[in-house]
Amino acid sequence: MATVTLKLFALLGARLPPGSVANATSVAVGEGATVATLIAGFGLPDKDCHLVLVNGAFIPVDSRAATPVAEGDVVSIWPPIGGG
Amino acid sequence: MGWTGKFLRVDLSAGTVKVEDLNRDWARQYLGQRGLATKYYVAEVDPKVDPLSPANKMIFTTGPLTGTAASTGGRYSVVTKGPLTNCIACSNSGGFFGNELKNAGWDMVIVEGKSPKPVYLSIENETVEIRDASDYWGKSVWETEHGLKALHQDPLLRVASIGAAGERGVLYAGIINDLHRAAGRSGVGAVMGSKNLKAVTVRGTRGVRVKDPERFIAATIAQKQVLADNAVTGQGLPKYGTQVLMNVINEMGAMPTRNFSAVEFEGAHKISGEAMHEPRATDGKANLVTNGACFGCTIACGRISRMDPGHFSIASRPQYRDASGGVEYEAAWAMGSDCGVDDLEACTFANFMCNEHGFDPISFGSTLAAAMELYEMGALTKEQTGGVELKFGSAEALVKMAELVGKGEGFGLELGQGSRRFCAKYGHPELSMTVKGQEFPAYDPRGIQGMGLTYATSNRGACHLRSYTVASEVLGIPFKTDPLVTDGKAALVKAFQDATAAFDASGLCIFTTFAWGLENLAPQLDAACEGEWTPEHLLEVGERIWTIERQFNLAAGMTAQDDTLPKRLLKDAAKTGPAKGLTSGLDKMLPEYYQLRGWTPDGVPTAETLKRLELA
Repeated sequence: MATVTLKLFALLGARLPPGSVANATSVAVGEGATVATLIAGFGLPDKDCHLVLVNGAFIPVDSRAATPVAEGDVVSIWPPIGGG
Repeated sequence: MGWTGKFLRVDLSAGTVKVEDLNRDWARQYLGQRGLATKYYVAEVDPKVDPLSPANKMIFTTGPLTGTAASTGGRYSVVTKGPLTNCIACSNSGGFFGNELKNAGWDMVIVEGKSPKPVYLSIENETVEIRDASDYWGKSVWETEHGLKALHQDPLLRVASIGAAGERGVLYAGIINDLHRAAGRSGVGAVMGSKNLKAVTVRGTRGVRVKDPERFIAATIAQKQVLADNAVTGQGLPKYGTQVLMNVINEMGAMPTRNFSAVEFEGAHKISGEAMHEPRATDGKANLVTNGACFGCTIACGRISRMDPGHFSIASRPQYRDASGGVEYEAAWAMGSDCGVDDLEACTFANFMCNEHGFDPISFGSTLAAAMELYEMGALTKEQTGGVELKFGSAEALVKMAELVGKGEGFGLELGQGSRRFCAKYGHPELSMTVKGQEFPAYDPRGIQGMGLTYATSNRGACHLRSYTVASEVLGIPFKTDPLVTDGKAALVKAFQDATAAFDASGLCIFTTFAWGLENLAPQLDAACEGEWTPEHLLEVGERIWTIERQFNLAAGMTAQDDTLPKRLLKDAAKTGPAKGLTSGLDKMLPEYYQLRGWTPDGVPTAETLKRLELA
């Protein structure tokens, strides 16, 4: 098992466990875990996972299943957002 | 149609007001607002003019869709030569002032000369008068707006005014309408102050005609549905506003921090859009009260905040306990991350100061950040700051300096000269994070490469709203590009610049472009305005606008040497995050950009380009 930090922002923040601080929670993942299995395991709809960063680096949709997550990684996810 | 076909020419030196017919050929070529007013401006004003002299002019201008039923149709702009940059300045605002001006029957107001005494311009449909404003000179924006509404006995009077910052020559003073909407950038408020013009008041009840009302209403309804169905404009912006970006930009390591000395801010979450929704530990209430919309807007991204009444900045000042305009992302970044301040309430108070006294939070925060770096390195002393410890992270210093700049007093007036002049005065011009004299917005070009080219080539100095490639490089709109590479960014920047110029000429808000492209704008314009308005024609209009702005700047004395970035961004690599080891690759993008624009290697439009754009 490994522990990663999952950060859910904007409207996805409502899916965090109660008591989460700074939009973050710790998640235990098994061997072979990927960004895709993390998203599925947390029950996040794919359509709401528009922007996914692992340690700040963008992970395209078609790379999520092939991107492993490891101990200490920070996975940050946003729904479609805009600003300026 | 769309256009009223008439504009006002106000000569403050002579005290006269004239009505003139709009040049319809120019309207076809430049559409309106940013485009059409810039055409008038460059045709009438010597590019070498001193921006703060009576010879400079300023134009309050609407677009053909301003005041119509189109979503976000409340925009107006102020076009002039900016004192901060000595370049063309065009500052865009929402609220309700633009709509009112258009409904009074005017496409534009060209203001010339300088009044011998403080005045305001009163527009009530066809009745236009230059009136004495001596009683309001020295008053804040908020006092002025409330006072003029009371004087006219009309709560629906719309007021655009300046505060002491504009009167006293803060070079990034803005013009504030509807208490907290701002034509904020490039110092248009300082130009207004130099003319002794305190305010423009408007009441308009004439309505706006469109070419084909049935087709126009159908087009606007269809496009409003596009905005409603889009997750960004329908959900994200109403809920979190632009402030949703604080965590995004920080997580990806492109958050300019402490005057661009770092790219990640440890306190970002505390001043983020998400934090604005969270109950405070002190009083259990959230900073954000509600969102707000400008005239006709179906997005409603505005932030309305109420401060913690026990916060040190207002504990003894109950007048600031009412809800008012809260921080947007750029303001929260400039006065927060860039100054190392993680106190949301202090940032909110400083934002209130910007609105109350009329100055740009981006340029103010960025200038303060440079001053803080100077202070920490010993180039600036406590004696020089008026006794304030100007350390990074000091919420007290932020609050104090925001008040001093707003009132144009003491050390605040020095900060009010902007980062470039301030850093030069204290012997370290290299610490000024500016392009062409205007301060950077909230995206580090080492982590978002396209924004480096955006800043370097922006016609009004460093600015994110001239080509917001963050949409593509970070948010994936309309398609995702890699923020860390330079390949393809020259074309991306040019495309964003031209399309943005077209939107800025329409009377609508650029935030619609998170859901719309020119193909969504065109049918609304085509139904409202004479002529044929296609996406292709609009793109050509946008490129023409960009080019005449460039020509003005070149004639004003700018050269390709000014299309650059501070050395810190070109030489010092990012130390952390995905951009670690990267500097801005401006040198790889700029030559290709010139080529794509049809400019010489020296950044000058070729004769062939000018002919193609009907400019020669």
